Amino acid sequence: MTDVPVPYLVVDRRPETADTVTLRLEPVAEPLADFAPGQFAMVHCFGRGEIPVSVSSVQATGGLAHTIRAVGAVSAGLCEARAGDVLGLRGPYGTGWELERARGRDVVVVAGGIGLAPLRPLILRALAGPAAYGRVNVLIGARTPADLIDHKEIERWPTTYTGVTVDRPDDAWRGDVGLVTGLLDRADFAPADSWAFVCGPEPMIRATARDLADRGLRPDRIRVSLERNMRCATGHCGHCQLGPVLLCRDGPVVAWDRTEALLAVREL
Amino acid sequence: MPPSIALRMNHALPAEHRDRLLHVAREASFPPGTRLFEEGGHADRFWIIRDGTFALDLHVPGRRAPVVETLGIGDLVGWSWLFEPYVWQLGGETVTPVRAYEFDAVAVRLMCLSDPEFGRAVEHWVGRVLSHRLHAARTRLLDLYGPYGSGGAR
Repeated sequence: MTDVPVPYLVVDRRPETADTVTLRLEPVAEPLADFAPGQFAMVHCFGRGEIPVSVSSVQATGGLAHTIRAVGAVSAGLCEARAGDVLGLRGPYGTGWELERARGRDVVVVAGGIGLAPLRPLILRALAGPAAYGRVNVLIGARTPADLIDHKEIERWPTTYTGVTVDRPDDAWRGDVGLVTGLLDRADFAPADSWAFVCGPEPMIRATARDLADRGLRPDRIRVSLERNMRCATGHCGHCQLGPVLLCRDGPVVAWDRTEALLAVREL
Repeated sequence: MPPSIALRMNHALPAEHRDRLLHVAREASFPPGTRLFEEGGHADRFWIIRDGTFALDLHVPGRRAPVVETLGIGDLVGWSWLFEPYVWQLGGETVTPVRAYEFDAVAVRLMCLSDPEFGRAVEHWVGRVLSHRLHAARTRLLDLYGPYGSGGAR
């Protein structure tokens, strides 16, 4: 891990939606240490600043992919990057999903919006080793069909169950409409023998984790990825503090039994 | 118990009331694309889905009626039959083949009138379903998946 940005070359830029792109990056020189799915990098847009972004793909070459939505000055600058541009990266930071702890058990992945991006490498790993895991379920909620990232790839995932629901359908949409928790009834898993991995807006995470726990999943087997205002990413500045938890160091992936009570505190 | 399961009739109604209700149910099957009711029509029936997916939609002039919510296994289809003036608030259509228990609304309302305890149980159940759907609709109003729905801009 380095606290100085390391140059990475943008080798591919793939628009996902109207405001979201996936940038594939290769190291210009020495790569950063290996990232685990769920970990994040501080991605530096020269002249604008840096933001935390979870990895959406991890390559054996040391290459990475980041899926970024333009919501502010830095992320908009990153989304404008073109192949051949150089960005600065530091990391890897934080905790990963630790999918390997779910070996032999059913897997439930619940993603909301761009929250699918950090879960993508986990899903691909679970599907790459079908003998290692039980039934793999992927549940996705999106704003509209046009806001669905990785939509062509999703259709090819050989999961036990893949469900996609949207808040606002267009005229061509023939799928589900409603909250992503509504898909849990259709997923195929044994709650007492499952692990869940959840990423999305915080109210969606809370509702999903509570629903899963109500179904009988052990709270310590429900992993959620949380977001706060990460600045230093090294556990020093305290901007990302959630009670006793520093999300840049102790997160972003944390167990539900550790965070449920903290997320109920308004001041946090 | 998660809300979606707690709201199912077999959990939400005490066994004696559930059995009474099921006694007047009729098993029904519908192919995909079957419109079961139209917005503004008389709400004379309701259903509990046993299998399949059902879409609720709202008429908007000049375009295909947009789907506002989809329902699945165990879900109650229709609550307008319980409240005057017994007029459907939405339209509804099967998305997939649907198997359902179908109920005659007048018969169930008469059962509710003749047995106040049964009536309270049914009203409580439908009220909880309504409350759950209102909460879901309000949550979707927050546009949580929108650009600024999940946190501060950065």
